[in-house]
Amino acid sequence: MQDTKCFHCGDSCDRQLIEFDEKSFCCAGCKTVYEIFSTNDLEHYYEIQAAAGSTPKFIEGKYDYLENEEITNKLIEFNDGTIQIINLYIPNIHCSSCIWILENLKKLNPNVTNSQVDFPKKTIRVTYKQAEFSLKNLVLLLANIGYEPYISLDDFEGKKKATDRTLIYKLGVAGFAFGNVMFLSFPEYFDLGSSAASGGEFWLNKYQHIFRWLMFIFSLPVVFYAGWDYFVSAYKGLRAKLLNIDVPIALGILVLFLRSTYEIAFHVGSGFFDSLTGLVFFLLLGKFFQQRTYSFLSFERDYKSYFPIAITRLNDQGKEETVPVQEIVKGDKILIRNEEMIPVDGKLVYGNAQIDYSFVSGESEPVSKTVGELIFAGGKQLNGVIEMVALKSVSQSYLTQLWGNAVFETDKTTTFQNITDSIGKRFTISVLSIAFIATAFWLFHDPSKAMNVFTAVLIIACPCAIALASPFTLGNMLRIFGKKKFYIKNTQTIEQLSKIDTAIFDKTGTITTTQKSTAHYEGMPLTAEEESILKNTIRASNHPLSRSLYDLLKEQNIITLDEYEEHVGKGLESSKNDISMKIGSADFVGKAKADSLLDTSIYISTNKGYKGRYVFQNKYRDGLSDVFKDMSQSLNLAILSGDNEGEKERLEALLPKLTPLYFNQKPDTKLEFIKSLQDQGKKVLMVGDGLNDAGALAQSNVGIAISENINVFSPACDAILDASKFQQLYSYILASKKAIRIIKMSFVLSLLYNCIGLYFAITGQLQPVIAAILMPLSSISIVIFTTVMTNLIGRKLG
Amino acid sequence: MSVIYVLLAISILVAVIFFIAFIVSVKSGQYDDSYTPSVRMLFEDELVKTPKTSAKEFTKKKIQLNKQV
Repeated sequence: MQDTKCFHCGDSCDRQLIEFDEKSFCCAGCKTVYEIFSTNDLEHYYEIQAAAGSTPKFIEGKYDYLENEEITNKLIEFNDGTIQIINLYIPNIHCSSCIWILENLKKLNPNVTNSQVDFPKKTIRVTYKQAEFSLKNLVLLLANIGYEPYISLDDFEGKKKATDRTLIYKLGVAGFAFGNVMFLSFPEYFDLGSSAASGGEFWLNKYQHIFRWLMFIFSLPVVFYAGWDYFVSAYKGLRAKLLNIDVPIALGILVLFLRSTYEIAFHVGSGFFDSLTGLVFFLLLGKFFQQRTYSFLSFERDYKSYFPIAITRLNDQGKEETVPVQEIVKGDKILIRNEEMIPVDGKLVYGNAQIDYSFVSGESEPVSKTVGELIFAGGKQLNGVIEMVALKSVSQSYLTQLWGNAVFETDKTTTFQNITDSIGKRFTISVLSIAFIATAFWLFHDPSKAMNVFTAVLIIACPCAIALASPFTLGNMLRIFGKKKFYIKNTQTIEQLSKIDTAIFDKTGTITTTQKSTAHYEGMPLTAEEESILKNTIRASNHPLSRSLYDLLKEQNIITLDEYEEHVGKGLESSKNDISMKIGSADFVGKAKADSLLDTSIYISTNKGYKGRYVFQNKYRDGLSDVFKDMSQSLNLAILSGDNEGEKERLEALLPKLTPLYFNQKPDTKLEFIKSLQDQGKKVLMVGDGLNDAGALAQSNVGIAISENINVFSPACDAILDASKFQQLYSYILASKKAIRIIKMSFVLSLLYNCIGLYFAITGQLQPVIAAILMPLSSISIVIFTTVMTNLIGRKLG
Repeated sequence: MSVIYVLLAISILVAVIFFIAFIVSVKSGQYDDSYTPSVRMLFEDELVKTPKTSAKEFTKKKIQLNKQV
C-alpha cells in the first residue's frame, strides 16, 4: 500500500483513496471541500499552508434547533431585521489558511457580507443578510467546509462579558504622566533651576513654579485613578486585620504625594513626582504582566459548556419538536441523533445505542446499550438515532449534580496567601518601626529634620521592587509554560504548584492514551488466508476498535470480498471463496463470554468454528514509569480510578512499588478523597481529564487537566497540560519550585537597594535626584534579573 | 521668554493628543486581537489577484463557446 497523504487534511489515504483533479483525498468529505474551494477560486487556501484542512463531518439534522427563533435570538449578537451579526466559536481554527478561508466566506455565499476571525480566541464574527440566509445555513456552510462551530448551553445563557480594559487605561495614564513628569523634571535633575545666585539658569529659575505645578497636575490622575486600587486593597487588608504588601505601597504613594505637594507649595523643593509616577507605572506594569491569559482556553468550564442548547422532543402524537434543553422534564421522550450528546439520565426505549463516554470518564471506547437499559448524561451517541425517556431533568442528572457541590463556588485564590503578601507583613512592621525610631532620634537632635526623615524613610522603603518580583517572575513562567504546552490559569497556580506534596492521578485518559493501540491474540492461530480476510473485512468498518485493530495487523493485499455485512453494534460478517468470517462481540460470533468481563476484546470465528480473540489493553502514556519514579522521590503518589480493577496487575508492574491504587471511585468519592488528604494538611495536586474528575480537580490545591485536544475539551481546572507533554510534568513542577526561589532571591536584591536608600533617608540626605535614580534602578534591575533567570529555567526545560 | 509657555503648551498638547488617541484605540478594541491583523495583512495581494484571473478565464471560456456555436 502506498503512503499517500490527503491533499486537503494531510491524513494518510490507506483506508480509502479518492483521486480527483490529479490530487488524492482520504475521503469524500475532503474531496467535497476541495471542490467547493476550487470552484469558488479559493485554491489559494492550499498555498498558504499545505494540508491545512480538517475532515468535515456531515451531520444531518444536528442543527435543526437553529430554526427555532427563540433559540437563535439569544445567540445572535445584532439583528435589525435584514442584517444579523453572530460571533461563533470554531475550535478548528489552527493556521493562517483558516483565517484566509473564513474571511473569504463571502465568496462561498454572497449573503455573507463580512466575516472576521479572532485567531487567539478562535472565534469568527459573521455579518450576513437574513433574507435568504439563516443562522442554520451559515452553521451548515461552516460545517461543510470543515469549520464546525461549537455552540453550547453556555452560549445560550449568554452572559457576554465585556472585556475588562481598565488596567490598560491605568497603565496608559501612569505611563503618560511618568514620561511627562520626567521631561518636566529635567531642570531639577541638572540643578538648572536652583537659585540664580548659585549659578542656576535665570529663566528656568523664573519659570520653576510652572514646571512644578504642571508635575503636580500630572500626578493627580496617577494617584487618584491609576494607583487607586492600592489604596482600596490596603484599606480592605487593614480592615481584615491583614498587613498585605499593598499597605506599604499605599503608604508610600500617599506620603510621596503629600510630601511633594507640601514641598512645591511652600517652595521647599521640587518634590518626588517623577518617583511617584514611575513607581505607579512600574507597579501597574507588573500587574499587567501577571494578567496574561490564554483567551482561547476556558478554565471555568462546567457541564453547560458541553451540553447542547436544544434537543428534539417527541410529543404525544409522536411529532418532533425542538425545545431548549432546560425544558426537558421527567417522562419526556427524547430523540438523540448520531453524534449528539445525551443531556439527561434516562432509559433507552428505541434503537441501538453506542455511547461514547469519553467526555465523562476519558474512556474512548463506546459502550453498547440495549433497549431498557439506563443511559447517563454526558455520553455521545455514535450509532444512528435512538429514543430515550428522561428520568430526571437536566439539573438533577447524576453528572450535573456534581456542580451543586460547594467546591465549585469557592474561589481558591482568595484563601491562599501568596509569597509577596506573607513577606509584606514583616516588611511593613520593620519599615514602620525604622521610620518611628529614626524620627524619634532626629526629634532629639534636630527637630526641623524629623518630619523630613520620617517621610523619606516611607518613600524610599516603598516595596516597589518586592511587589514587582513576583508578577514578573511568575508572569514570565506562565508564558514559558504556555510555549511548552502547559497552560496555567493564573500566576497563583504556579505558587501553589511549587508547594504540592501529594499527587493524585486519574487512570483512564490521564495516564492512558485514548487510542487503544496494544492488543494480543488469544486462541487458535489464523491461517494466512484468514488473516487476509480479517484485515480486508475491518478495513471498511468505522468502529474505533476496528480501526485500532486494523492499524495493528500486518499489511495485506487488498482483496475483494465476496460478501460483506456490518451488523450495527454487534460486528462484521464477510466471506471470501469458501471461508466466511464473523468478527465482533462474543455473542455475535457465538461464543459464551465466560471469561473475565473486565477486558475489551474482538472475537473472531469462521465457518469452522470459534478461532480466538484480540484482547485490547489500555495503552499507558510513554514514559509513565519514569515520570512516576521521578515524582515518587519527593511526592506522595496515588491512582484514583473510576474503572474496575481489570488493569491492577499491569499498573502495579509499571508504577513504583507501594503506590496506592484505588478503583471504582465515583466523582464525589474522588472529591472526598482529596478533601480528606487536605484535612491531613497535605497540598494535593490532582491530574485528571474527564468530567468525572471535575470535582476532584476543583477541590485539589492544583488541578491539572490532561487533554489530547486542548481546544475542544477540558473540565474546570487550574491548568491544562497537552497530553504530548505528559512526560514533562515533573520537570514543570520542579521549574515552578525554581521560580519561587528566584522570587526569594529578588527579595534579597531589593532589600539591598532598600538598605542603601534607608541610609540616605535616615541620615536626612534624601535628595529628589537620589530617589529619582534609586527607585527606578531597583525596579528595572529586578525586572531584568527575574526575566533572565526565568528564561534560563525555560531553556533547561527543553 | 514667555515663549516657554507656548512651547510647554504645545508639547503637552501633543502629548495629550497622543494619549487620547491611545485611549480611543484601546476602547475601539484594536488591542483585543493583536495576532490576526498581522496575518490578514499578508493576504491582501492575493485577494485582489484571484478574482481578476478568474474573470479572464471565464470570458475566455465564453469566447470558445461562441466559436463552437
